[in-house]
Amino acid sequence: MVSIDYDLELRRAGAYATGGWRRVLFLAQRHVLGAAGLVIMTLFVFTAIFADFIARYDPLTIDSARALARPSLVHWMGTDSFGRDVFSRIIHGARVSLAVGIGSTALGGTIGVIVGLTSGYLGGWVDLVFQRVSDVLQALPLLVLALVMTAALGPSLPNVIIAIAIPLIPTVARVIRANTLALRELPFVEAAKSIGMSEVRIALRHVLPNTLAPLIVLATAQLGSTILTEASLSFLGLGIPEPYPSWGRMLSESAAEYVRTAPWLVIFPGIAISLAVFGANLFGDALRDILDPRQRG
Amino acid sequence: MTEALLEVTDLTKHYPVRAGVLRRQVGTVHAVDGVSFSVGVGETLGLVGESGCGKSTVARSVLRLVEPTSGHIRLGGEDITHLSKTALRPHRRSMQIVFQDPFASLNPRMTAGDIVGEPLAVHGLASGKALEARTAKLFEQVGLRPDQMRSFPHQFSGGQRQRICIARALALGPRLIVCDEPVSALDVSIQAQVINLLIDLQRQHGFSYLFIAHDLAVVAHISHRVAVMYLGRIVEIADKDELFRNPRHPYTQALLASVPIANPLAKKLTPLVDGDVPSPVNPPSGCAFHTRCRFAMERCKIERPGLMEAGDGHHVACLLNEGTGRPNSIP
Amino acid sequence: MKEATDLVLEVKNLKTVFFTNSGLFKAVDDVSFTVRRGETLAIVGESGCGKSVTALSLMRLVPDPPGRIVGGSVTLEGTELLALDETRMRAIRGNRISMIFQEPMTSLNPVMRIGDQIAEAVRLHRAMPNREAQDIAVEMLRLVRIPEPARRAREYPHQLSGGMRQRAMIAMALACRPALLIADEPTTALDVTIQAQILALILDLQKELGTGLVLITHDLGVVAQTAQRVIVMYAGKKVEEASVEALFAAPKHPYTRGLMASIPAVPASGLAAQARLNEIPGTVPSLVRLPPGCPFAPRCKLAIKHCEAEYPPLADWGGGHLAACWRAAEIAEVA
Repeated sequence: MVSIDYDLELRRAGAYATGGWRRVLFLAQRHVLGAAGLVIMTLFVFTAIFADFIARYDPLTIDSARALARPSLVHWMGTDSFGRDVFSRIIHGARVSLAVGIGSTALGGTIGVIVGLTSGYLGGWVDLVFQRVSDVLQALPLLVLALVMTAALGPSLPNVIIAIAIPLIPTVARVIRANTLALRELPFVEAAKSIGMSEVRIALRHVLPNTLAPLIVLATAQLGSTILTEASLSFLGLGIPEPYPSWGRMLSESAAEYVRTAPWLVIFPGIAISLAVFGANLFGDALRDILDPRQRG
Repeated sequence: MTEALLEVTDLTKHYPVRAGVLRRQVGTVHAVDGVSFSVGVGETLGLVGESGCGKSTVARSVLRLVEPTSGHIRLGGEDITHLSKTALRPHRRSMQIVFQDPFASLNPRMTAGDIVGEPLAVHGLASGKALEARTAKLFEQVGLRPDQMRSFPHQFSGGQRQRICIARALALGPRLIVCDEPVSALDVSIQAQVINLLIDLQRQHGFSYLFIAHDLAVVAHISHRVAVMYLGRIVEIADKDELFRNPRHPYTQALLASVPIANPLAKKLTPLVDGDVPSPVNPPSGCAFHTRCRFAMERCKIERPGLMEAGDGHHVACLLNEGTGRPNSIP
Repeated sequence: MKEATDLVLEVKNLKTVFFTNSGLFKAVDDVSFTVRRGETLAIVGESGCGKSVTALSLMRLVPDPPGRIVGGSVTLEGTELLALDETRMRAIRGNRISMIFQEPMTSLNPVMRIGDQIAEAVRLHRAMPNREAQDIAVEMLRLVRIPEPARRAREYPHQLSGGMRQRAMIAMALACRPALLIADEPTTALDVTIQAQILALILDLQKELGTGLVLITHDLGVVAQTAQRVIVMYAGKKVEEASVEALFAAPKHPYTRGLMASIPAVPASGLAAQARLNEIPGTVPSLVRLPPGCPFAPRCKLAIKHCEAEYPPLADWGGGHLAACWRAAEIAEVA
């Protein structure tokens, strides 16, 4: 039948890529889409950090003489109705998206871990109360909940982060709780008990570290949806207040009026949002595959 | 027999079976039903039985990892059955456990060195350099290299992982190690390594083992005395030689006859029992084995036989042996 | 030499590889064997030796990816299985060749009645009305000695005990009267008293139906009590093959010898308290980075320089007793 060159196949399958960069390169080859996601995410973070150096104009400077200029060599993505450079605004908008994405994921994740760990490890009525509360929270869509929150808190960057983080808490807590329940029954937890270790120490030292892999995967996947929620909130006028550039608001300001006359005002922020969300999701999917213990040889 | 280190009297563990929306109790799992035995200093007591016979529950009860429904557990003469968590803590140093699954019994996020040294750290017995030195010594004792201390569990093979578990159990210098099926997840060639290690360690340190297994051959090799469990009860307990040479309980006989012998010229397999082990929820009345027993009489369905001495430390719970022995409290 | 028509299965130079994140490994490396009508061939070895992948390869059920059959031939009753397309393979699977697995719970559909599952298996391969298939199902349950088969046929898997489920699995596997039955650790998950019942049942049925049986196990006791011929596998390779009597009387490969010495035996008579066992040192090598020579050499007491340099050929040491060891000729004296 088929003959096979083992050495070649071994190399192809990454037998020699055991550590360091070679391992990363090998994984990138096997998960091409994930690698693409990683590249997009890296670009995104890089842009946010060095926005001041990349942007060619100040994103807030109004220049009515140049209002609604088409994309050109001077203004790569054109200008808006106030004559602000769209490219520079998108570059700076990455900052807002990243701040909201990372901020709310970190906040929601941390609280979610604490709640999930406590409720999973302690069980009993604590667990029961938490579960019913999270049932209620999860019955409402993420966006609606965030809408209500920002409406109540008022639009500002920290408030947007809080508003997006709160609906995340039950999602994260559920995953951590499920993991904790499974881990609590494992012999190594029993072994820790049999050496006389306290419950808190067992929870922190033996249970928590083992829930990190699913947490990282979940956080990466949620990053995309938080960016999207921020954009939606801003689109509805409840996001980051003026004059900071936010992709969502850039869209909302121009969608109705200029979609026919100045389509670049809609197209470029749209692409930015899609790209960031797409990148986060691709990377999250690949991460899940790689961290899946069944995939480890 | 030497003095008793562990004495278990009338240990019973019942689990409620709940069903329906109201979680009403609809039955009781008789996991362990009045089990008594003792383990002498430096002795290995083997506890054999098939799945669901309650042997693991016995192991966990002895360590107070599950709370017994009734009965008493004495360690070195002191009753530890009802000690509070704090009062129990010093006793935890005296008894340790090695589990069946060497994959699940090690925290995958900790290094092997941290796992083995953790008991010492938790009890404040060593820290820093001293902790490292004592951990290294434990590694050597179980046949691992001290330079493997920095590796993570997944970098070890199944047999090596079980060695790590044994090192962790040794750390506090226990007097009793409960081994819950320590070799059943291992390959044959590795199984022999671990059994030999356990035997060697006992000779060096003189601790006792409560050795739980479903494999008669393994138990035969490591134990001094063997107890056979069926549906939450001990049906026979005797010196190892005596038990294998002269099994008195029909269940023990069936168990022995069911083991396939690794010799094609030996007598072929003869299943001496039919059917399956009944459910521990509402177990059969009388002798729990009567539903599968070749010798079952009418009386067996009604009377529950207690353990009777049938000569020289050989105890059997079977009405067939009634004439030959006298009832005895702690075998 | 038996007649060619007696031959049920012929496997030649089977090679199956797996592609994983940590590399490619040869799970089955150049394995050949035959099974005759009514014969039991045991494949024995430790975890990761390739015995289960061999079974899956015969069924063409190796998960792809990550696995793939990359060479050799598998002939069942004269048909080359590796050349068949999936549709034609499906017609053979469960019909001419079937398999029973270790875990009887997960191998049965929990939401289907036992009888329906067996009837469905029959109707996949035989055109017949459901009623007739249901009758066959009950008949099969009776064949595997399940008491009250008609009532049991209407029950769901969770209502049966472990031993009963494995009996039902066997009934399903044999419903189409296959030429070859593959049993992958059929009794490992069962208690020893149930194991004895199931093994006795499989052997009885095999005699009754004349099925060829490939029995995959790690338990040398099971091998000795059931097989006519035995293959010992180590690290994906067949290291020894012999009749069961020859193998247990005089194993030619040091690995086989080591395995036999390391199993604790139930003492027929008295035995010194706490006898030490003869252990095989070291661990099974990682299949991803196998040494160039004999993979057993690092653990072998008899290994010589040459063992690490070149893999020994599988040679016949008389009467069809095959072994791949450079020192097989002198093993009786040196070991």
